Amino acid sequence: MKTKETKENKIPDNYMKQIRIHGRGGQGSVTMASMMAEAGFESGNYAQGFPSFGVERLGAPIEAFVRFDDKEITDRSQVYSPDYVIVQDSTLIELVDVAKGLSEDGMIIINSSKDAKEIDIDTEAKVLTVDATDIARRHLGRPIMNTALSGAFAKATGLIEKESMAKVIRNTFGGDVGEKNVKAMEEAYRVVE
Amino acid sequence: MAKMMTGYDAVAEAVKACDPDVIPAYPITPQTDIVERISEMVADGELTSEYVRVDSEFNAASTALGASAAGARTFTATCSQGLKLMSEPLFSASGMRLPLVLAIANRSLSAPLSIWGDHTDTFAERDGGMIQFYAEDVQEAMDNIAMAYRVAEDEEISLPALSCLDGFILTHVQEKVEPFSRKEIREFLPERSPVHTLDPSDPKTMGAYARPEHWTETRYEVHQAQLKAKDKIAEAVEEFANIFDREYGLGYNGLLETYRAEDADVLLVALGSVCGTMKYIVDEYRQRGEKIGIVRPRVYRPFPTEELCEVLEDAEAIAVVEKDISLGYQGGLAIDIKSALYSNGSRIPILNFIVGLAGRDVKKDNIKNIVEQTKELRGKLPEDIEFGKEERWEPLRTELLEDDKK
Repeated sequence: MKTKETKENKIPDNYMKQIRIHGRGGQGSVTMASMMAEAGFESGNYAQGFPSFGVERLGAPIEAFVRFDDKEITDRSQVYSPDYVIVQDSTLIELVDVAKGLSEDGMIIINSSKDAKEIDIDTEAKVLTVDATDIARRHLGRPIMNTALSGAFAKATGLIEKESMAKVIRNTFGGDVGEKNVKAMEEAYRVVE
Repeated sequence: MAKMMTGYDAVAEAVKACDPDVIPAYPITPQTDIVERISEMVADGELTSEYVRVDSEFNAASTALGASAAGARTFTATCSQGLKLMSEPLFSASGMRLPLVLAIANRSLSAPLSIWGDHTDTFAERDGGMIQFYAEDVQEAMDNIAMAYRVAEDEEISLPALSCLDGFILTHVQEKVEPFSRKEIREFLPERSPVHTLDPSDPKTMGAYARPEHWTETRYEVHQAQLKAKDKIAEAVEEFANIFDREYGLGYNGLLETYRAEDADVLLVALGSVCGTMKYIVDEYRQRGEKIGIVRPRVYRPFPTEELCEVLEDAEAIAVVEKDISLGYQGGLAIDIKSALYSNGSRIPILNFIVGLAGRDVKKDNIKNIVEQTKELRGKLPEDIEFGKEERWEPLRTELLEDDKK
């Protein structure tokens, strides 16, 4: 049966992890949320991915969300207290309060060539930078950095298995493009501490 | 096998499994992805339906109506202003006793223009004789398509059915779903076998002119078919559970589901996806020993009067939480629930909360506020709530209101 019993037993136990992705229209924030959710599911968790529903104009700041839990996720509200924040475009830091609501024990992962110490951001959470655009340029010849960023996220949080991420990337893009994206993801996975 | 799917993908997969003959389609956000996905299925040869690109929603519903009259299984999808354009042929379809199945990606109505979701569009179709299902999650949105076909096409029912899912919140979320295939659904959903069809070799007229001495009886029969649909829904959910191992309110004839409602003092009643968020708040209260529960009607028309009365009768206070307002009175669901309870002798105070209009996020804090306000009414009577104070907006940004600016 669709386990109504487990629903009845659902008790908030702080396991659920919430992620907010900040990007610009056209950078693939929604695709990234979708691939991360799928990889989380492949890694054996319940997962939910959704965009901040809007008219996604090219270049405009947008958000997408991911949740992971060990049980069915029925929360339909947006993410206000993320455990992790991913910033695809560091120019957004001046425009949007990207660390809003971020848990002090959490982490913000920023796509930037700068060192984390050089990033001016008001948060108690850990700040991690990865030059995902550079990794993407080298592997894909284009600055599409989502797969590299997802590799950084997988390593830094342990919430997604690298193999699951690779499988989802291959399924999403297929063929040569898929392999190149897997390489970008794996390089980011390697370089992140 | 379970996999991650968006709501629009899951609905399209359900349609593919149910294998309609004719699919007229016209795009509107956030439904477009459903018919777009279906058009790919047709182009790829996965689906052999006649896919008709029409010039408006009026034409989409009219084409579905005509095809249904010829005996075809049909599908289309829409929402918001698109459903307004379909309204006229849909009212005709129920009067003509023609089964049509529509997926509705619930969205607000203009003005102001908004692409985001609420239940204003389908509530405005309440009196048209269409059966209305509301899904809480993507799985249910998928499963309701199959149930809608089975009930709508039953020869004793033969009515249009709207399978509603919250626009964006459910259409664009990606989550775990167990899809069903055409082969698997065949056992649950037989081929359509219409009693009367338009056939040139046996000419007949459908939906013709009726004089006052006949018209009332056709309306009466649509009403009887709606009421009869309750039994058919009960049979459908039971058989669905047997075949697919997924239950939808079996204890309440498939018409409503409950969450920790059995011994609750305070019950929240709502349709659709917002009930999922409410579960977390209910669990928090339950951990503190406070008896809060949820009642979620899955079907709005036919209205589950008996089931609601049964499940609500022992509560001390009720909050009807809805994404709709019948302007000039109260929320449509609250009006119906009060009518059902109070005409059955109940004296439970009921508050009506208007939430989530045009996609305003329903936050957990909003739900806590609703529970707190409703808790205060325990031990009181309906008349203890002042006239005009039954209906509350959670939240209302008073700083935006005209009076406040003066």
